[in-house]
Amino acid sequence: MNYEAVIGLEVHAQLKTKSKIFCGCSTQFGAEPNTQTCPVCIGMPGVLPVLNKTAIEYIIKTSLALNCRVNPMSRFARKQYFYPDLPKNYQISQYEQPVSEHGYLDVQVDGNTKRLGITRIHLEEDAGKLLHEVGSRQIDGSYVDLNRTGVPLMEIVSEPDMRTPQEAYAYLTALKSVLEYLDVSDCNMEEGSLRCDANVSIRPIGQKEFGTKAEVKNMNSFKGVQKALEYEIERQIKATEDGERIVQETRLWDADKEMTFSMRSKEEAHDYRYFPEPDLVPVVVEEKWLAEIKQALPELSEQKKERFIKEYHLPDYDAGVLTADRTISEYFENTVKGYANPKAASNWIMVELLAQLNAANKNITESLITPVHLRMLLELIDKGTISGKIAKTVFEEMFISGKMPEIVVKEKGLVQISDEGAIAKVIEEVLTANAKSVEEYKAGKTAAMNFLLGQVMKKTQGKANPGVVNKILKEKLI
Amino acid sequence: MELFAMTAHELSEKIKNKEVTSQEVTTSVFQRIDAVEPKVKAYVTLLKENAFKQAEAIDQKIKAGEPTGALAGIPIAIKDNMNLKGAKCTCSSKILSNFISPYNATIIDLLKKQDMVFIGKTNMDEFAMGSSTETSYFGKTYNPWNLETIPGGSSGGSAASVSADEAIMALGSDTGGSIRQPASCCGIVGLKPTYGRVSRFGLVAFASSLDQIGPLTKDVQDSALLMNAIAAYDQNDSTSVNIPAPDYTKSLVKDLTGLKIGIPKEYFVAGMDKEVEQSVREAIKLLEKQGAKIMEISLPHTEYCLAVYYILAPSEASANLARYDGVKYGYRTPDAKDLLEQYEKTRGEGFGPEVKRRIMLGTYALSSGYYDAYYLKAQKVRTLIKNDFEEAFKHVDAIVTPTAPTAAFKIGEKTDNPLQMYLSDIFTISVNLAGIPALSMPCGFTKNRMPIGLQIMAKHFAEETIFKVAYAYEQNTDWHKEKPKL
Repeated sequence: MNYEAVIGLEVHAQLKTKSKIFCGCSTQFGAEPNTQTCPVCIGMPGVLPVLNKTAIEYIIKTSLALNCRVNPMSRFARKQYFYPDLPKNYQISQYEQPVSEHGYLDVQVDGNTKRLGITRIHLEEDAGKLLHEVGSRQIDGSYVDLNRTGVPLMEIVSEPDMRTPQEAYAYLTALKSVLEYLDVSDCNMEEGSLRCDANVSIRPIGQKEFGTKAEVKNMNSFKGVQKALEYEIERQIKATEDGERIVQETRLWDADKEMTFSMRSKEEAHDYRYFPEPDLVPVVVEEKWLAEIKQALPELSEQKKERFIKEYHLPDYDAGVLTADRTISEYFENTVKGYANPKAASNWIMVELLAQLNAANKNITESLITPVHLRMLLELIDKGTISGKIAKTVFEEMFISGKMPEIVVKEKGLVQISDEGAIAKVIEEVLTANAKSVEEYKAGKTAAMNFLLGQVMKKTQGKANPGVVNKILKEKLI
Repeated sequence: MELFAMTAHELSEKIKNKEVTSQEVTTSVFQRIDAVEPKVKAYVTLLKENAFKQAEAIDQKIKAGEPTGALAGIPIAIKDNMNLKGAKCTCSSKILSNFISPYNATIIDLLKKQDMVFIGKTNMDEFAMGSSTETSYFGKTYNPWNLETIPGGSSGGSAASVSADEAIMALGSDTGGSIRQPASCCGIVGLKPTYGRVSRFGLVAFASSLDQIGPLTKDVQDSALLMNAIAAYDQNDSTSVNIPAPDYTKSLVKDLTGLKIGIPKEYFVAGMDKEVEQSVREAIKLLEKQGAKIMEISLPHTEYCLAVYYILAPSEASANLARYDGVKYGYRTPDAKDLLEQYEKTRGEGFGPEVKRRIMLGTYALSSGYYDAYYLKAQKVRTLIKNDFEEAFKHVDAIVTPTAPTAAFKIGEKTDNPLQMYLSDIFTISVNLAGIPALSMPCGFTKNRMPIGLQIMAKHFAEETIFKVAYAYEQNTDWHKEKPKL
C-alpha cells in the first residue's frame, strides 16, 4: 500500500527584545548563570508580571507577515507543571485566546508554490535551564540557571498541511527568512533561540482521516527536522505494515543514532490545568496600533525579490538567492549603491563571496570584505586596472585581511599591463622562443594560439590585459 | 492616656507639634508589647532594633524641619504575607519559615515615604487561608477581648495587635473577609479597598483576583489616613487601576442627608444571631436618624457566593502556591531520593492541612474534564453576583450588613469542621467576588462583651462614600473607644 505523511510543525522562536517578557532583566545570551534574574523572573513570593509591550509588537509584526488575523483581545493563561527550570511551576502562556490565528505561508517546493496554513501564534515565557555539568566537570545533582527564564517566546503552530519532510524543511526555511526579515528573532537553533517540534502521522493515500500522530522533539537543526521526519515516517509505515498499532506518544530524536525513541505516551501526558492568568489584564490591540505596525512592516523576501528583478534587472535565480536572507540582500544593495553593473555584483556575491563564507563558516555580516570594498574591486575591473582573473587573487587577499582592493593591488604589484608597446615586446620574445607553436598555428592548429597566449600571461605574471594580448598576438601571427 | 493607646491622628498631631517624639511613641508601643504580647501572640516577628533606628531617623528629620509624611513616626504592624526587605516573610507557614524578603512590596515603599515605623510582622492563618488565625505554623493568636476566643482571620495578628494597642495601626489583606472579619471580632475598623485600588506587588498571593491590602485601625479617621498613604496606581501591578486617589480625609463629614442606604434582605435571615441582628438594626436606625434614606434591596445570587468562592479562590491558590517546592528558597525536606520525592515531601511537610485541602480543591476544579463544570461555571456565577451589586448601586449609595454572622467564637470550636469555619465569611465574600470596597466597624457588644461588626459596602472606587457613612456613625457612637481589658 502507498502511504502519505501528514506533518504539522510547532516552532518556538525567542523574540529579540532587550528585556524579558514580564520584568526588566536582560535577555542577552551567554551570561554567567543566574546573573540576569530578579525577584519577578525567579518567582519570589509576592511578585507580579508586567507585560513587555515590545514583545506584543513583535508578535503582531510576525502575525501580519504570516497573514494571520490578529485578535482584538487576547489573554494569558497559566500552564501548570512542576519542573525545577520553571520557578513558579506554571508557565505564563496563552491558551484559548492567542494573539493571532488563521494565517498561511507560501513556500517553494521543487519549483512549485505551496500554501501552508498557520493555525495560531501565541506569546509565552521561556523556562530556565538545568545544568548537569559545569564546564567538563560532572556535578552531584543538577544546577538551575534561570537567565533564560522569562525570555519572550513566540509559538507558531502550523496546520497539518505538509506531506513530505522536504515541505517541512521548506516551511522552516521560509519561516526563518520571515522572522529574520522582520528582525524579531535571531533564529539560532544551536543557541536555542529557535526550536521546532513536529507532529507526524501516516495514512494510506486517498484516505481523508488522519492517522494516529506522534510528536517528535529534540531536533537541533532544520536538516535534523527533515531527517527525524524521514525516519519517523519510515518507522510508522513499517510498523503499520507489520500489523502494529501506532500509539499517540511523544518521541525524542537522537541525532547521533538518527532514530526516534518513545518518551511518553498519551496516558502519561500532563494535564496542564490551564486557566486565565489573573495577574495580567487582557491584551487589547486597537485598530490604530495595528495599522501603525502594518505601516511600518519591512519589505519581505518575496517583495524584495520582485523589486530586485525590476530595479536591478537581475535574473529570477539571482534575485532569489540574494533575497533568501535579509543580510545578503542588504549586502547586495549596499554594494550596488551608485554602481552601474548590478549583475556583476550579483555574480561576485553569489559565486565568490558566498562560497568563501561558506567554507569559512561565517555569516555575511562577519565578512571582512565590506560592500564598499567589493564595489571598489568591481570598479578596478571595469576600469581595466586589473583583470577579472587578477581580481580573484585580490579578492582572496581581501577576504583574509580586509584590506582595500587598491592597497592589495599596489602591495602585490598586480596592476594590469595595457600598454601595447610593452605587450608587443613580450609577445615578440614569446614568438621567438616558441617558433614551433607559431608553425603549428600557421599550419591550421588554432589551439596553439591559446598556448602562446598562456605563455605571454605567464611572462607578465598574469598582469597583461588579455584583450590587448589577444589583439596583438592575432596581428603578429597573420 | 498612654501613648500606645492613642490613635494615629492623635499621635501625628503630637509628633508634628513636637510634644512627643517617634522614639517615645515607639518605646511606648514596645513596652505595651512586652506587657501583653505573651497573652495575645499577635506577632510572628518583631523588628524592634530596626524600628528604633527608623524612629530616630524620623525624629531627626522632624527636628531638622525637613518635610515628612502625614503619618511620620507612627508605628505600624504588617501582616506577614507582605514583603519587607531584610525581614522574614513566612505567611505563617513552615514552608516559608526561613524565607527573608529580598525586596519591598510597593505598599512598604509607600509607607516608608510616609516615614512610618515598622514594628513587626503579624500572625495570620497559613497563607491567609482561614477565619481564625488558628492555622498558623507559629501558633494561635488570642482575641484581646477574651483570650479563649479567636481574633478572627486571616489577618488575626494585625487585628489583635491594633485592638490590644500593640500597634497604632496595621495592614492586613482581604481575600474573602480577612480584614473585615477579624476587625469585627476585635472591635476595630478594617477596610477592604476596591480591587485594583492598592497595589498587590509584594503581597504573597493567595487568590490573585480577590486579594487586596487594606488598613486595620482604631477609628475611621485613621483608616482614611492610611488609605491616603497606600492607595496609588502601581505600574508593577497590572491589575492596579490608574485612577487618581482622592484625599480620603475629605469624606470625614457627619452629614448623611440624602444618602441612600440599602439593606439586602438576603443578609438578614431567620435563625441569625439575635445579638448581631439587634446591634446592626440599631446601627441602621442611627444612620437613618443622621439623614440617610434606608431601603430594602435584594442581592439575589447571595446564596451562591460561598460555593463560587470555594472554587475560584482554591483554583487560583493551587497555582499560586505551586512555587513553594524547596528548589529555590524556603523549606526543603532533608531526605529526598529524587526530584519527585523532593517535591512531595517538601510540600507534604511544609504545608498545613487547610492549605493542602485548598490546593487539592483547586487542582481538582481545574483538572481536565472538570474545568467547565467547576471553574468556568463559578466564573459565570461570579459575573451574576457582580451584576447584583451593579444593579443595587443604581438605586443606593451604600449597603449595610453585619460583617460576620456571630461575634468571635471559641478557640478550637470550628477547627474540625471546615464548612462551619467557611461560613464565618458568609457576609464578606460577595464583596471580594464583586471587587467592591467594604469596611467593618464596631457597632456594639454581645452580653459577653464581645465586639460586633457593622459592614458598609459601596460601589467600585467609592471608598469615600463608605468613609462618610462610617464617620457619621462613629461620631455618634462610642463603641470604638472601648478597650479590651488585658
